[in-house]
Amino acid sequence: MSIGQAISRLDGSRKVTGRAKYTADVEVEGALHAVLVPSTVPSGTIAAIDAAPAEDAPGVVRVFTHLNTPKLAEMTNPPAGQTIMPLQGDRIFYEGQPVAMVIADTLERATEAARRVQVTYRNEPFATDFIAGLDRAEARPLFGLPPDSSVGDIEAALSGTNVRVESVYGTADRHHNPMEPAAVTALWQDGRLEVYDAVQGVVDTRNTLALALQMEPQNIRVRNDFVGGGFGCKGWLWPHEVLAALAARELSRPVKLVLTRAQSYTSHGYQPASRQTVTLAARSDGALTGIRHQSVLAGSLSGDHVEPSGWGTPALYASPATQATHRVVRLNRGNPTPMRAPLEGVGLIAVEIAMDELAYELGIDPLALRLRNYTEIDPAEGKPFSSKKLRECYAEGARRFGWSSRTVEPRSMRDGRNLIGQGMATALFRTFRSPAKVRIGLDQSGEVLIETSTQEIGTGVYTIFPQIAADVLQMPVERVSLSLGDTNLPESPMNAGSRATLSTGSAVQDAAAKLKAKLAEAGATTPDGYAEAVARQGVDRIEAEGDWTPPEEATHAMYSFGAIFAEVGVDEDIPIPRVRRVVGVYNAGRIINPKTARSQMTGGVVWGIGQALLEKSEMDQQHGRFLSKNLAGYLVPVNADVPEIDVSFVDDFDEHVGPLGARGIGELGAIGVGAAIANAVFHATGIRVREVPIRPEHLLAMAQSSY
Amino acid sequence: MSPIEITRRALLEGTAATAMITALPDHGASAQQTPTGGAGESELMVRLQINGKTHSLDLDIRSTLVDTLRERLGLTGTKKGCDRGECGACTVHIEGRRVLACMTLAAAAEGKEITTIEGLADGDTLHPVQSAFIGHDAFQCGFCTSGQIMSAVACIREGHAGTEADIREFMSGNLCRCSAYPQIVAAVKSAAQIQGI
Ligand code: FES
Ligand code: FES
Repeated sequence: MSIGQAISRLDGSRKVTGRAKYTADVEVEGALHAVLVPSTVPSGTIAAIDAAPAEDAPGVVRVFTHLNTPKLAEMTNPPAGQTIMPLQGDRIFYEGQPVAMVIADTLERATEAARRVQVTYRNEPFATDFIAGLDRAEARPLFGLPPDSSVGDIEAALSGTNVRVESVYGTADRHHNPMEPAAVTALWQDGRLEVYDAVQGVVDTRNTLALALQMEPQNIRVRNDFVGGGFGCKGWLWPHEVLAALAARELSRPVKLVLTRAQSYTSHGYQPASRQTVTLAARSDGALTGIRHQSVLAGSLSGDHVEPSGWGTPALYASPATQATHRVVRLNRGNPTPMRAPLEGVGLIAVEIAMDELAYELGIDPLALRLRNYTEIDPAEGKPFSSKKLRECYAEGARRFGWSSRTVEPRSMRDGRNLIGQGMATALFRTFRSPAKVRIGLDQSGEVLIETSTQEIGTGVYTIFPQIAADVLQMPVERVSLSLGDTNLPESPMNAGSRATLSTGSAVQDAAAKLKAKLAEAGATTPDGYAEAVARQGVDRIEAEGDWTPPEEATHAMYSFGAIFAEVGVDEDIPIPRVRRVVGVYNAGRIINPKTARSQMTGGVVWGIGQALLEKSEMDQQHGRFLSKNLAGYLVPVNADVPEIDVSFVDDFDEHVGPLGARGIGELGAIGVGAAIANAVFHATGIRVREVPIRPEHLLAMAQSSY
Repeated sequence: MSPIEITRRALLEGTAATAMITALPDHGASAQQTPTGGAGESELMVRLQINGKTHSLDLDIRSTLVDTLRERLGLTGTKKGCDRGECGACTVHIEGRRVLACMTLAAAAEGKEITTIEGLADGDTLHPVQSAFIGHDAFQCGFCTSGQIMSAVACIREGHAGTEADIREFMSGNLCRCSAYPQIVAAVKSAAQIQGI
């Protein structure tokens, strides 16, 4: 049984020796370097562009501008990250929009020449201020679905009720910032395009690139061995990828393009800021009678992304009436995109702080209030959950954290100069499933190779998929390896929305079972006979194809769950909130590898700490641009920010979700943490901060009043 | 430390760069400057000693150490995460000390002993810090890992791995967006113990 074992990553030795090849590491003979020239204004037209100084610079092969770039197809978002395709006209929709691309023989020369492109803009009025635009929010579809949904009679529920809390909550613009900047190397040969691309989905990238370039998908191959993190920004197809491919085609030479860190802030999305009004109505015993969750999201004129922050709300609690609405304020900014964690990662900040407010309003313990409204069926769809062990998560989390020794009153706990606060929240994330195909083969030396197009973005598929196959074949996992990240392999989905293990893993299991049957037919009933059986057949290897397709009609509602408990300390005089510890207990079906799963959840909790206390991309409204396009001004958590984190799972086998019994975990870890921390800050200080990140300035009132 | 510290900014400032280079003291007789046309562009023959091997190459004077390792020498284990000294992904050792290769001009590293992640293991035997990173699952995507490990080796050598709080503080120049931080601390701690530090 290798499923369920805490096996160290099989790609570990490659990663610790520098041998793991990421996209920008792939050596391509004679590759030219591309450097983009981003627009410096957020709105207007290009009045004049003079590429000559760049063209005359040493080593420059070509400068592409809107005047000489071939036409691309019109695109929809998704599968493109935005609808505006690069270098297609003189109109500027956002600061950072590429206005030229310089191709030269070395990176230094391309970088220098890019500085020499002279662009004159005809400026036009722009709107980049989300808050100022709230009154012109529009109703637009969310991924083609209606922006509003409701269950029961929300108006009646809100009017005829005992207790009601209503507040407005805010989340900030945040940037993904994977450590690996987006990178792409494109090769054009005999009418075919080969693209090394740091993406979360090679198949999606190939198909979308084919649309943009008006090529046949079979003439494009997209590959990667290792991706240095994605977190959503390497999901859909973005302009820099199209441009690199187009340049390779136009020049018939390999072209390498790596975005600078600064460019990454305007090139592949961000999580949009939100303003969310949550109204909770309850009876005095705590039973919810209505939940209204109205979200207004920042959006853009360059695409159609509307963050579905309210999608998960109806599934949270046993409320007879729930309404979730979404509006969007379109701005002169790059298009937002999903970011760890999307949907509930944005929405539960509001709803779970509101639940804490309701608990205090009613005088009920926050955990007791959640339990009072526990539901075994999804109120939105009226279906039972495929498996839900959230009750066990609450109990285990409370035990590990020591919740029962918390005193209820705000400002009632302290440790020296620090006010101590403890808060909790629920985490929930919708399960996404996609069809997947896998090929598996065993050779004469008894080595197994799994082949599928999936990507290794850090979630551990190089380890988890071999574990699944080894489990079926009853072999040591070290004898199983995985070839991935290539559209020439059987197709599996994008690594996004926590679907890889569940979807592709199920196909691996199917393929392994079929291989086992073939080996049995060939006379091998036990693993020691496998290699011989292959030899006896006189073939190099015995292969099997497996697949998995989620059923069209789901009989159950599928979500992963968690209970998060956080403790903060706030110095009375210098009110910098600091997280002291976090306990997260999760239920996501069967856990294939507790070691990698634990790392993933721990990482998610750190993302939650970043969301709660650090991460915010400020807009410079004067110039219509993000202010700090670097890792010095945009604060991601560093080692010294990270406290003791205790994550664990309530393991079970979810028989309805798929044959592996596992649901997704990748996004889940980043959910609930922000609200738990915000609730802890209230408990510590008595100040209810309704927006994240929570910064010292939010708590200054407290410091002042104590003088 | 070399007698003259050539800062990257000085070199990038066109003519100033030329002046600086000409003023270089005899820093390896090989340092030869050849103008290659274009304002401020010139090449320099530089001898770099990396992982015990000497490499002689004609370099654009603007080349940083990280770009030289990656684009010219095929040593892609060193990563470029920001190119501005903010993330630590490019950490290498120069004369045993941790240095950001994106903030170091290749020319300024001439004659010094450079160690990259590729030079850390002893043949097939991993360095104790490398093994500890695997054992403690101190990475996910692995992109920051070369830099984390080079930093960790130096952190232990500097005597900053005595307590968890110290490790956290002295490893905070290396960002990990996958956020393997607690496991990194555990790995550094156990590697330091194994090395008897
Ligand atoms: S690449 Fe050198 S510090 Fe980021
Ligand atoms: S392991 Fe991915 S950034 Fe550190």
